[in-house]
Amino acid sequence: MYAFDYHRPQSVADAAKLLAANKEAKLLAGGHTLLPTMKLRLAKPSAIIDLSRVAELKGIDRKGNALVIGAMTTHSEVADSSVVKSAIPGLVAVANVIGDPHVRHRGTIGGSVANNDPAADYPAALLALGATIATNKREIRADDFFKGLFATALQDGEIITRISLPVPAKFGYAKFPNPASRYALVGVAAAQTGAQARVAVTGAGKNGVFRHPAAEAALANSWSAQALGSLATNASQMLSDIHADAAYRAHLVGVMARRAVAAAG
Amino acid sequence: MSATGIGAPVRRKEDQRFITGKGQYTDDINRPGQTYAVFVRSPHAHANLKRIDTAAALRSPGCLAVYTGADIAADKVGGLICGWMIHSKDGSPMKAGAHPALAQGKVRYVGDHVAVVIGETLAQAKDAAELVTVGYEALPAVVDLASAQNPGQAQVHAEAPNNTVYQWHLGDKAAVDAAFSNARHVTRIDLVNNRLIPNAIEPRAAIGEYDSGQDSLTLHTTSQNPHVARLVLAAFIGLAPEHKLRVIAPDVGGGFGSKIFIYAEEVLCLWAARKVGRPVKWTGDRSEAFLADAHGRDHATTAELALDGDGRILALRAKTKANLGGYLSTFASSVPTYLYAPLLSGQYNIPAIYCEVDGVYTNTAPVDAYRGAGRPEATFVVERLVEVAARQTGQDPAEFRRKNFITSFPHATPVIMTYDAGDYGACLNKALELADHKGVAARKSESARKGLKRGIGFSAYIEACGIAPSQAVGSLGAGVGLWESAEVRVNPTGSVEVLTGSHSHGQGHETTFAQLVSERLGIPIDQITVVHGDTDKVQFGMGTYGSRSGAVGMSAIYYAIDKVIVKAKKVAGFVLEVPGDTVDFNQGIFSSKATNKTLTFPEVALQAYIAHKFTGAQLEPGLKEGAFFDPTNFTFPSGVHICEVEIDPDTGATRIDRWTAVDDFGTLINPMIVEGQVHGGVAQGVGQALLEGAVYDKNGQLVTASFMDYTMPRAGDLPSLKVDMVSTPCPSNPLGIKGCGEAGAIAAPAAVINAITDALGHEDIAMPATPLAVWRAAQKSPARMAAE
Repeated sequence: MYAFDYHRPQSVADAAKLLAANKEAKLLAGGHTLLPTMKLRLAKPSAIIDLSRVAELKGIDRKGNALVIGAMTTHSEVADSSVVKSAIPGLVAVANVIGDPHVRHRGTIGGSVANNDPAADYPAALLALGATIATNKREIRADDFFKGLFATALQDGEIITRISLPVPAKFGYAKFPNPASRYALVGVAAAQTGAQARVAVTGAGKNGVFRHPAAEAALANSWSAQALGSLATNASQMLSDIHADAAYRAHLVGVMARRAVAAAG
Repeated sequence: MSATGIGAPVRRKEDQRFITGKGQYTDDINRPGQTYAVFVRSPHAHANLKRIDTAAALRSPGCLAVYTGADIAADKVGGLICGWMIHSKDGSPMKAGAHPALAQGKVRYVGDHVAVVIGETLAQAKDAAELVTVGYEALPAVVDLASAQNPGQAQVHAEAPNNTVYQWHLGDKAAVDAAFSNARHVTRIDLVNNRLIPNAIEPRAAIGEYDSGQDSLTLHTTSQNPHVARLVLAAFIGLAPEHKLRVIAPDVGGGFGSKIFIYAEEVLCLWAARKVGRPVKWTGDRSEAFLADAHGRDHATTAELALDGDGRILALRAKTKANLGGYLSTFASSVPTYLYAPLLSGQYNIPAIYCEVDGVYTNTAPVDAYRGAGRPEATFVVERLVEVAARQTGQDPAEFRRKNFITSFPHATPVIMTYDAGDYGACLNKALELADHKGVAARKSESARKGLKRGIGFSAYIEACGIAPSQAVGSLGAGVGLWESAEVRVNPTGSVEVLTGSHSHGQGHETTFAQLVSERLGIPIDQITVVHGDTDKVQFGMGTYGSRSGAVGMSAIYYAIDKVIVKAKKVAGFVLEVPGDTVDFNQGIFSSKATNKTLTFPEVALQAYIAHKFTGAQLEPGLKEGAFFDPTNFTFPSGVHICEVEIDPDTGATRIDRWTAVDDFGTLINPMIVEGQVHGGVAQGVGQALLEGAVYDKNGQLVTASFMDYTMPRAGDLPSLKVDMVSTPCPSNPLGIKGCGEAGAIAAPAAVINAITDALGHEDIAMPATPLAVWRAAQKSPARMAAE
């Protein structure tokens, strides 16, 4: 690890000031990607701005027809929340399959979303649920937020403050983990709201998390696992590595989509 | 059986310090004035070293020194050795290239050692290491084992044409060829035994220290055999005479073979300590462990089994290519030869066996012994062949095995070994019952109803442990003897220190060795301390590997105790005022028919040291005895493991539903520790079968260089194991011990793959059977050959 300055602000405003003053600074919001990268000397931030003491970034609330989760809420807090459980029980299942207990007690929803790892679980859930990501500057729809591998709509100096998730009629998530890392080899989130169905896939796509229009059309017609029985996914758009080639990932998208719908009930 | 004697499930004495964080691992040790070593490693699999510029590094704050291959050449530091000479079938000695501690003109794998940087702090050493600039001239890399020997491939070492270190063979080729020509059925399979990366919890580490007053060197290191390390560092690498070199291997956090070997890093820490005049510490990080710890396995084999018309085995033939990596590690040459082919008879009466092995250099990390070392590879060959042969000829796999089991002992196989004792049928019967074999058909139907495929797989393994009779291994090319030593020191108050040349790095010797002493001297286990891992304390020893510490190490203790008892009886005779030859010793009490007085062991110990009851002319004072034990044969642990899997054909996920292990380890000292060894071994074997596999790309870059891509077994990958025992004591050591440390890793891979192929209905799957591999295999239709 290279030397860096460490800051622990108490407010979003102070964090934003520090971020503005340190061009090469990084926000620490769990650190499960950032810290290993720093330890391997692959990242050299000038400063770390630790958001763990910013109280306004924490908490889970039901506001009308939306579930609102503070950016610094840990995965275990989401998984254990009765508010989440009554609003979107499938989101408990998402949080519960992220990493391991150590990861779930440090990692945060804001950190996961800002990093947009192409195999992370939350991006698929947010995209399927039609979430809105609020920052210290604006609100961004999930459809506009995720921009490819580790890329988001976030601009310099922007800090995610909370995630707003419209409560759907049904929501399910099914994940086939990478045997080594336990990230998603393929993860599919499916949500039904009124007559609309939204399906998002993580772990599989060359350009990161994506919506699956064919699956959405099939489910809008008939919300059932059987409706996805002949779902085709274009293998040319799939990642390929030692754990899964493109054909296998394309196949697993169908399997996991059916299981996500089955899990949603 | 006493509560702490042989056969008692005593809780491990050492766990108190381990689980309370009081263990002393090498990285826990810090020496005054200590400096830190960081290695500059090759990013190329194969390249000429054109230049190394260290000037900027040397100007870096806190950088004390940068050493390269030129510096060790100038100091005439000897190269790393391979300690087992293998001769090819044409009689020529193996063709080994030099193995310098720092590269001389050429690098041969990603992670090869180019320079070592010494810094005041670890961070400063790392900073300086980044400033070392190395001019590489990249060369084509030899990575693929199958084609490495082809003409026109790049040459890893000029000394080994076509990258061939040796072309070795064992057995009677003519007899085997004749048996195959008369066979009614021949089963032929191609197998890959996948390359594994050891990954002990504690990475390797070393601290070198030079005492200019004594002109002596001390090395703290993560070693399974500190005396062998000292011998090699003194006699071959030439860093100091043996009596001026102390090697200390304190608590060591797992080895699995990878800490047997003498590596470049400890050589350089020790050498550099004298150069910089201060202690030099290196603690490997996980990335370095992936790149540069010796890997395991990596065989490609074609194997054939010849059967007669009654389903009896006539002969076995195997041709193996063994990947030895970029250099020959300490015992690399022996693992795919004498630790492999002599086990190809398995548990079976096979009249003729012939095996050819090519040892091959590639531009990959060195490959050497890893838990089981050659015997898992042999078991995988035999147990896959036997399973497929049974299926192809329409015989029940269990009964086919039983029909061919060796049933009388001793039994000389056609490949060196003479099995001394066993009851393979008893293990099979017990395993079939524990596994509820009768219920398999019903369980398969139940799985099929859920859309899942269930399969059952057997592995009836044998291993040669208790390594090894010195004269025998010497005749096969070993550079050392493989006896073990022990010293039993009785203190005046009757407590006992046992000094052993065995080394515990997780095996629980501090408990099991103490159990032996408690049993034989009748003293409480807390009165016994086991001392190991320090060449200044223990005179000599050969260390721990090859499941040898019980069978060989404890036998040495056994005979040292014999001598202590003989001497103690003489002391007791003087105190009891009876002839020494009338003294009995039983359960800690000395008595004699000639008197009704008795003495306890501590009372006799005190008398031995105060020496008031006998003169110097009658008896030497004190109570301390030593013994060297050289076994007369290998030991032959055996057993039957049965694995039952359920496969989800939609995803390729394989779930192990049941595991049954019935092992014959002879006498058990501590059944709880033995069961733990079975659990750990099975977990590693399941890791090899389902999860683990080192992957290099075509340029020789290690793709699986972290836990993000290299899959270690986790608790959730295993069911609760059913473990039971059969015991036929080993006749070649006084305790009847066979050894248990490697059995699970040897047995498991074949059991898993036999179960998966049973479920799939065809044999076409390689290890590791990852979800991707199983899903692909599940696309193929079952193609079991009809009975012939």
